[in-house]
Parts: sequence; structure tokens; C-alpha cells
Amino acid sequence: MSGVQVTNETIKELCDVAKLAVELAKKAGADDAEVLVRDGSELTAKVRLGEPELVQEAGSRALGLRVLRGGKRAVTYTSDLRREALEALCKETVTLADHAEPDEFARPPDPSLLATSIPELDLYDPKVAEVDAAWALKQAIAGEAAARKHDKRVTNSEGATWSRVLGATAFATSGGFVGGYRGSYASLVVEPLCDDTTDPSTPKKRNGYWWTASRFLAELEAAEAIGIEAARRTLATLGSKKVATQECPIVFDPEVARAIVGTVFSVANGSSFWRKSSYLVGKEGEVVASPLVTLVDDPLIPRAPGSRPFDGDGLPTRKNFVIDKGVLAPVLCDVYSARKLGRAQSTGSAGRGIGGNPGPTTSNLIMQPGSMSREALLRDTKRGLYVTQLMGFGFNPVTGDFSRGAQGFWIEDGALTFPVSEVTIAANFDEILKRIDAVADDLQLRSSTAAPTFRVSHMTLAGTSAAQP
Amino acid sequence: MTITTTLPPALRAPFAAGGASAIDAAIANKLLGIALEAGGDYADLYFEFRVSADYALEEEQIRTLGRGITLGLGVRVTKGDATGYAYCEDLAWEKMAHAARTAGQIAAGGGHAPVGIAALASVPTPSFYAVPTPSLVVPAQDKLALLRAADKAARAYDPRIVKVQASFAESIREVLLFTSDGRMATDIQPLMRFGVSAVAEQAGKRQGGSGGGGGRYGLDYFADAKRDAAAHGREAARVAIAMLDAREAPAGEMPVVLAPGDSGILLHEAVGHGLEADFNRKETSNYSGQLGKPVASPLCTVVDDATIESSRGAVNVDDEGYAGQRNVLIENGVLVGYMHDRLSAKHFGIKPTGNGRRESFRSMPLPRMTNTSLMGGKDNPEDIIKSVKRGIYAKRFSGGQVNISNGDFLFSLTESYLIEDGKLTAPLKGVNLIGNGPEVLRRVDMLGSDFELSDGIWTCGKDGQSVPVNVGTPTVRIASITVGGTQA
Repeated sequence: MSGVQVTNETIKELCDVAKLAVELAKKAGADDAEVLVRDGSELTAKVRLGEPELVQEAGSRALGLRVLRGGKRAVTYTSDLRREALEALCKETVTLADHAEPDEFARPPDPSLLATSIPELDLYDPKVAEVDAAWALKQAIAGEAAARKHDKRVTNSEGATWSRVLGATAFATSGGFVGGYRGSYASLVVEPLCDDTTDPSTPKKRNGYWWTASRFLAELEAAEAIGIEAARRTLATLGSKKVATQECPIVFDPEVARAIVGTVFSVANGSSFWRKSSYLVGKEGEVVASPLVTLVDDPLIPRAPGSRPFDGDGLPTRKNFVIDKGVLAPVLCDVYSARKLGRAQSTGSAGRGIGGNPGPTTSNLIMQPGSMSREALLRDTKRGLYVTQLMGFGFNPVTGDFSRGAQGFWIEDGALTFPVSEVTIAANFDEILKRIDAVADDLQLRSSTAAPTFRVSHMTLAGTSAAQP
Repeated sequence: MTITTTLPPALRAPFAAGGASAIDAAIANKLLGIALEAGGDYADLYFEFRVSADYALEEEQIRTLGRGITLGLGVRVTKGDATGYAYCEDLAWEKMAHAARTAGQIAAGGGHAPVGIAALASVPTPSFYAVPTPSLVVPAQDKLALLRAADKAARAYDPRIVKVQASFAESIREVLLFTSDGRMATDIQPLMRFGVSAVAEQAGKRQGGSGGGGGRYGLDYFADAKRDAAAHGREAARVAIAMLDAREAPAGEMPVVLAPGDSGILLHEAVGHGLEADFNRKETSNYSGQLGKPVASPLCTVVDDATIESSRGAVNVDDEGYAGQRNVLIENGVLVGYMHDRLSAKHFGIKPTGNGRRESFRSMPLPRMTNTSLMGGKDNPEDIIKSVKRGIYAKRFSGGQVNISNGDFLFSLTESYLIEDGKLTAPLKGVNLIGNGPEVLRRVDMLGSDFELSDGIWTCGKDGQSVPVNVGTPTVRIASITVGGTQA
């Protein structure tokens, strides 16, 4: 059975439901109402050791409603989209809002600012919807088999999963915005497992993964190539050990560089600014990073994973700088945070989920590539840690203190030598951004937050005690 | 099969007896029949209804009130180790039948005669969280008053407190389960969580702190003055103020003393996940094949106990229809058992342990923890701190993570102190501890007599599914662990 195509009729149907709910909320006494409707379907096909382990297939719909009345707000959600159910929901939501206290900043955007046209960003591939469970299983089996065949030290597997998501989103507001769009996304991940008997007294298992993802079926990499790369990456970790505690250069692989870039946004958005929960408050227009760092948020890239034609306030989206050659740009805002900060306009960066208030979010958050190759960057690094995986959540946005678990490879004389695990890397985030002294040219836009390989001149690596051999 | 409850009709599931789309054994039998048509060897139906609400205070004002309802049916069909899963959000017959047929496709082409469906009989359900008045039936004003009380108490604690946020979240989840091997089970699961965060400011330095708790309670939870709304507000303020003086943490290996209660999160990450039987069935865990062998210091006894009254992780019946129970995992350092769901129990040829849990009707059950504890020992907690010349005292945590296959884990401290010559001295900035689960458990060399269960705040994530859990420990000394500070 293949998936159900999301058509323009689906989008229109969802827009109609959203408009109806806005009307019903007004009728129930709301001054303003905003309604988000989502329709999604998923197919997940997981195999392990060559056999199907899970096939999950289903679709769902949900509606999120936000009402404002006398400056007071309430948010609710439901999966029951029948008219009588929506009527009841609207009445209940208006009643709920009465318990809140008025917030002068919470009013909707000026209707003249609302998006009037929806740009076509080519976010949906009908071929993704045509995939059936049998084909998806075949892809997963091929990926896993390639990993297991690659090397006899691949002794087990956590499996391989091919999955796809199809979705349609519609949004309507009492200010007059109505819009919708559809999207598709497909991915394959392969997770091999090796036995690590480098130290026979403490045998360990080592896992690893590799993946491909795209909105378009034809843009996925071949399953076999993913399996082989997954095996190669896992095998490379055999014999991982700690290194001594020290200060040293840290090179971030693109897989983890994007986590650092995501952390920048967590302290460079309107919400963290008005709450004063960011160490960057008051630093717009100032140097907050090395001049090699330019970070943009671009919602309008055709076919990109994080693109969106309008934002969660119903405003047109636009490309914004986050950091321009080391200088902090005006932070990304939704309408509410822009007002809280006393700014004339939002940056069109509102995100909104079912059953929540809008807030600033990223679309495609991209660190711009440098001019040197990854190889040249490594050659230029005498010694240090090349990080391929980060663990944990050690970041304090208020102070910028940063400490994460790390795994990767030791760099000696410009080359990767032995694998390293069970260490942490730490520094203040302000120092990390300012100490970026090399950025490679290997940017790939596989995920909505992306970065090339880059190097931080020095951080504290915590491992074994320096006194130990 | 009925549940006696005082819940008003709006909070009762439409699929319950007497509801708008009541599901009885006859309907369930028909759906199970459809699910098994293609040759599956087992099927279950999982009906779930959840009402949840949340309340938030910020800048001394009630900011947002939210409410949501979800309703759905998840159908699972297994054939050997393979699972087919489908769900629907509409209890109309065609939608349910379609989900059953879709899930059943996993067995298509197998060429076996359909198995029979056993006569359905109710599973006896214990009662670990009888809540006479769930908070959802209490007027909103009462809950908003709690937020205001916490806000006021945090601000009154110290003039340097400049910001307070408080939240209250509550839900009631009703489940109804039918299985092709003849079991029917139902449960009503209340859950509430109260949280406060505070920011302190002094001379341009800012630090945050948080407090909170909850469990399967009504508002009676707050009747105890040690955990009323004001107490949680003061606790958040206390941490924020204490951290104003925090200094850079050391980096490298040193002894660590864990405070009782919250520190159980280390146990949860370091050993708990590795003892979930799906990883061991697949031999992808570091603990695979270790049953009967020493895996921890002989001081350590680790228990997962779903039967702890009103605890956040308590379950009367798990999400596969098996009664919650107390399972000893490690006894005096020896691995004696895993946590099982139906699939893994079948693989190991034992009875399921009541650990099959799911986030919602949209997800298949997996072996999960409930309330996981390292049991108390004999040492005086003060002696444990006194015994350390230079090390870290770990008091509060924001979370942790583990790599199941090799046991490497990391967890993040939000409140910790330097121990110097047996005394707590300076507070330390946020820092991570990193180590290997089995190695760390072998290095436990002192265990306090002061066992404490954490106040219910933890949520555990696995394979994209979140479930409420709880943890507990006494004061614990670990001889050596890597501390990820900046002072090399």
C-alpha cells in the first residue's frame, strides 16, 4: 500500500477548517483567533539482521487554537475536527482565557504586514508518497547488508530504518491571513555494531551510524553507500580510549559543528533576549565571534529541509543574518518578542506548534563555508581532538558555560591517529566562538541546521588525570 | 470490566463502558480477528484517551493556559520478531478496521493459518495511585494560586532574585487494552508536575536555579509543607543564589559524592538503560550475556519498582496489559534480571516484568524503566563526605545520556560543590560527569543509609518516546570519575 498523496485539495480542505475555527472562535467571544491545522502521515520500515523488525504506517490530523480576549490568551488542541467539536473547543478556549492576565504584547500582528502570497518553494515530492512498505524494507535491507558485508568485524546491528513523512500545514488568523503548504521528507539510517576486543579484559561494543535524507526521493544517496560509510565510521572507533586532561585545539566534524551552530541560536533569539536568559543580551552590533563566522537563517531555499513560505505569525519569511563576519546581527524575532524588545518589526522568524504560543525558531540555519578544504584544515592542526560525536546538555545560556561529552579522533601532526572517547570538552561559549580560527569548505545542506568543519584554537579537554601515564 | 471513579463524564474516555463510542469485548474480538487475518501470531489493541492542561506564570503574571485532548487506537500485530503497527484517531468502525488490516500486513505472505483469539478475560489491576480528586477536576484558580505562591516565595527569598517562572502541568490518561492471547486491562493514570525556575543577579553576574516535583497525585501533594508551592519557589531561589558564587570546576578524574534522591539519574543512565531487555535480546547492550555475573560493586542492589505508591513512574498495568511489579535487577553486585516487554520476555522464556511502556497510542511498547533505585547502604552520609580529600559533591542534575552499546554515559550537574579536606567548600559552575556505566558501578565504595526517592520530575526518552519515570539513591561515593570542568 502506498501513501496518500498530499494534494492542493488537501491544503484547501485544511485551510477551510482553519478559517471555520477562526470564525467559530470569534463567534464564541474571542477578540482574535489563530488556528493551525496539520495533516501528516508516516511510514517507518525498520530491519535488523536482514529481517523486518517494524513496519509502522498511519496518518493523523490535529488542530491548534489560540484565542485572545481582552489581552488574555489561551491555547488548546484537538484531533477532533468535526464542526460541533470545534464549536465546543472554541467556547472552552475562550472561557480558559478568562483565567489569564492581560498581556499588551500578545496582540496579533498589524494585518497590513501579513503575507499576501505564498512563494512556491518546491518542498513536496510525489515520488516520496509513492513508496510502499515493501520498497522501504528493501532499501533498509540493502543498507544494512552493505554495512555487514563491508568488514567481518561488523558482528551485530542495531538495524536500518527507512522512513518518510508527508505533511500539509494550514494557518488562518482573524487578521485575515490564510495559507497552506505541503512537504515531504525521506531518510535512511544504518546503525552497525562492532565488538571491540582491543583490551581483552574489558570487551566493549561500539556502535555508529550514517544517514541520508532529503525532501526528494531522487536526492537520497544509494542505500549501499550509506551502509558502507556507517560501517567505516563504526570500525574507526574500535580501540577508543581517553587522553590526558589538557588544553588543545578542537576540530568539529560537520555532524557536530551543526550542534554548535544550533547552540548559537539558543542564545541569539528574541525570546532569550527579552527574558535576559542569554549571555549575548546587549551585544547586537558587537563582535561576538571570529571574523570567519557568518551565520544565516534562510527560509526561502527551494527544496531545503527547513524552508517555509510564511511564518507562525502569518508574516512573509525572509533571509536574516544571525552573525555577519563575527558581528551579532539583530536577533531573530517573532511578533511577540519583537514587541517585548521594543522593535518596530519581527524578523518573520515565528515558529508555532499545535497547542503552543508562537516563538522565534530557525528555518535553514547555515554557517557559511570557508575557503580551505577539510584536509588542509587538518594538515594545519599539529595536535588536538577531532570531534565526531557530542553527548549531554552541558550549556548554561545565561553564563555561556559550555561542557559536553565528546568522542572522536586524536590529531597528531595534521593527521587523525587513534579514536578517543569518554572525555569532555569545555570553555565559555563566548571564547569558543571567538577562538574559531579555521573554517572548511565542506558544507552540505542535509539537515535544517548545517555547518562545515571548523576548528576552535583551544578548549579544556578533561580525560585522565595528568599524573597518570 | 469497569473502573469505579468519581471522574466527571468529560474526563472519561469515550471508549469506556457507557461512553459515546464504548468498546466491548465483541468489537475488540472482531478487530483482533481482522488484525490476524494475514497470518500474524499475536495482536493487541491499545485505546488511549488523554486530557491534559498546563498553566504558566512569568513576570508575575499568569501568561498562558492550555488544554488538549488526544484520543486514539494503536493496533500491533507481531509475526516472530517482526511488528506491524498502525493507529487511528477516530473510533469509527471503518477507521479502526483499516488500522487493524494495515498492521496485519506485516504477516502477509507468510502462508500460515490464522491463529485463534483466546476468550477475553480481565487482568486483575492493582492500585498504586488511587487519586480521589484528580487536579483536573479542581477549578483553575486553585492551580493559579499555587503558581503565585511559588513566585512570591522565590522573590521573598532574596532581593537578588530578579526573575521567576512557574508552571503546573496535569493530565489524566485512560487506557483500555485487548490482546489476542485473551487479556483485557484498563487503567486511569493521573499525573501532575510543578516547576519553578528563578534567576539571581548580582554585579552583572546571573545564575539560574530550579525546583519542582509531582507524581501521580491530586493537589493533596502540596499538603506536605516540605513540598508545598512556596517550598519549591524557595528551593529554586536558593540554588540560583548559591550559584552566584560558583567558580570554574576542575577537570580530570577525582572522587565524586552523589547526594541522595536526584542522583538516581546517574543510575538511570549508567546502568538502567543497559538492563532494558530489548538491547539484551538483540545483544547490543554492554550487559548482554552477563546474567549471574558480577557487574557492580557488592554494595550495589538496584531495583526497578513500578509499585511505589503515587510515584511518577508507578504503573498499575503496563501498556501491554501486565501488572506493574518490583523487579530486582542487580543484587549485591550480581546481575539477576532485565526489564522486559512481551517480545523480550518471550525471547528469554520468562514472564513479562510489567515494563512494556509506550508514550501514546502512536507508538509500539518497549521495555522501559518505572521507578529505578540504588538501595541504601550502611554508611553515615556525613562520614562519606568527610572521607574525601579533594573531590566533587553532586547535588542537582539537569539530565543525562548514555550510549547503550558501550555503556559510556554523561550527566550534567546544575548544583555541585568542591569537597576539600572532607568539607563542602565552593559551589561550582555547571559541569558534566562522564564515565562508563559498568566501571562506575564497580567503583562505588561507600553507600549511605539515607535512601531518598527524587521528587517526581523526570521524563525518560528512548527511540523518540517519552515516558514519566522516577529515580532514587542514598548518598554514594564513587572512587573516581572524570569531571568535565575547565580548570585543567
